[in-house]
Amino acid sequence: MINKFSWGDGINYIVLGLVSIVCFLPIFYVLSISFTDPSVFMPLEFKLFPEKLSLASYYYIISTSSFRSALTNSVMVSIAGTMLNVFVTFTGAYALSKSTLPGYKVILSLITFTLVFSAGMVPSYMLVKGLHLINSYWAIILPVVTNAWSFLVVRSFMVAIPSEIEEAAKIDGCNDITLFARIIIPLSMPAIATFTLFFAVDYWNAFFNTMLYITNTKMWTLPLLIKSMIIDSSATSGFAAAGIVSDRQNVPQETVKMAAIILSMLPIVILYPFLQKYFVKGVMIGAVKG
Amino acid sequence: MCSLNQIIGLKGKEKNSIVSLNRKNNNTWAEIKKHKYLYLLATPTLIYFIIFKFGPMWGLLMAFQDYNPFKGLLHSPWIGFKLFEEMFKDPFFFYMLRNTVVIAMLKLFFYFPIPIFLAIMLNEVRHNTYRKLVQTVVYFPHFLSWVITASLTFFALSANMGFINKIRVGAGLEQILFLVNPDYFWPIVLIQSIWKESGWGTIIFMAALVSIDLQLYEAALIDGATRLQRIWYVTLPGLLPTIVVLLILRLGQVFDVGFEQILLMQNPMIRDVAEIFDTYSYNQGILQGQYSLGVAVGFFKSCIGLFFLVTSNFLVKKSGNEGIF
Repeated sequence: MINKFSWGDGINYIVLGLVSIVCFLPIFYVLSISFTDPSVFMPLEFKLFPEKLSLASYYYIISTSSFRSALTNSVMVSIAGTMLNVFVTFTGAYALSKSTLPGYKVILSLITFTLVFSAGMVPSYMLVKGLHLINSYWAIILPVVTNAWSFLVVRSFMVAIPSEIEEAAKIDGCNDITLFARIIIPLSMPAIATFTLFFAVDYWNAFFNTMLYITNTKMWTLPLLIKSMIIDSSATSGFAAAGIVSDRQNVPQETVKMAAIILSMLPIVILYPFLQKYFVKGVMIGAVKG
Repeated sequence: MCSLNQIIGLKGKEKNSIVSLNRKNNNTWAEIKKHKYLYLLATPTLIYFIIFKFGPMWGLLMAFQDYNPFKGLLHSPWIGFKLFEEMFKDPFFFYMLRNTVVIAMLKLFFYFPIPIFLAIMLNEVRHNTYRKLVQTVVYFPHFLSWVITASLTFFALSANMGFINKIRVGAGLEQILFLVNPDYFWPIVLIQSIWKESGWGTIIFMAALVSIDLQLYEAALIDGATRLQRIWYVTLPGLLPTIVVLLILRLGQVFDVGFEQILLMQNPMIRDVAEIFDTYSYNQGILQGQYSLGVAVGFFKSCIGLFFLVTSNFLVKKSGNEGIF
């Protein structure tokens, strides 16, 4: 092994360092503005570091009821949706991992088919509408309660579980359901952890289905609030739609928007360092499979 | 043992016919009953796929009808391929096609190689802590939603509020209206994708890099190869199978150019360059209520995607690698 630090190494380290900074810089900028004291904030001035720090923008955004309700809604939908997703995906994946199941090949190929062909947006929309799920949280959860990719990855994980354990349990008199609950689930904890995270992140960030099916602004989730505040408007119209009245003198719009973004990123930022290895493993499992 | 044959009194060849018929039925039903709990476990999944994946496929029939929401699927008049004919004649269709293809090509040529380079560079880093630190930072944008990414883009590029324009104003220059200028749209979308997904994309390549035989590197070293030569002659060929498979899989998703991303960045002034099939389906099909048209466009896109995927899979297999099916 070469131990000395060569020119090539140096360039490599510098380039990677620059890449990291570029990845991080936009977030840092938002962070910095969100903590800027409103009294020193000049809308047209560019400052990377705030002159004076303050939490005023954060206090303000948390005090608005629309932010609080969007936050609660997001949390509720994410938790409920994730649990349901894990349940549906893992039960189905286990059942279809048993090659002795009659018809499993047909079912598996049908599911794989949905991976490559979908009916499209309009028919799905009409289905949800026809099921009278508009303006109900089920409209955000049910259409994505599982998906072919997750299903197939979990299934290949289940297939890898050695059958000796199951045979031993069967001899002891377990039926399939007890076997699943008492043995398979504990064995699948790594996969459950990984997919809980994948599903949770997807639900937390989900925006299109919510925008499509939920017209009641009180039921909005965080992404829609953010979208309305920041993207739907360069003027105040978006703010008004979001139910946030901005008091221009005390708390400028810009710092409030930044604070909102930081808050909506917060759960992910907090959990991310601890969970990174699970996510990476999940991708590896998926890569090995397909 | 008392067998059906004995009861009926069949002999010889006849023995097999009826009994085997019965046995087959008995066997299948018996098998199904034996696995009844497994079917129970599979029920939620099956219900989901039947209702939410296969159910809407009936809706594809709308593409061949002049769909009237009041008459429903069964009673709307049939017009065959007329909608598709109209679609191909509409000049805007070709804008959509062009935009989708351009964005797909841009992403293919500019976005696709970046995770490969990043992975190789990361692989060459010898201090584990530094590498892990860089990985943590570059993976992170993947977990942000497109809403946040679009918001960050607005914070960078919008008039008055965007920091680039702030810097320009501070330096006495005119502001540039990035977000409403059609010329900037494609590069902006490309850069967004690179920022958000490059880091995460390195994972698969890192896994492939780790599996390259170390002895090849040692042999190259003994032969006096410089670092760049080692990368060119050992690393890249080692990555080639992974690159090929990923490239071809990506070709199979050619028309999925990032619906949420583009929807968020759209505005009326750049519609010509920003409309892709999915956003058209959404805008015309759902927002404007032209259901048949929305379905037709979506159906067209799905079919093309399927065609590319099957072709790509065929090519992958032809090249000696494993395909998806």
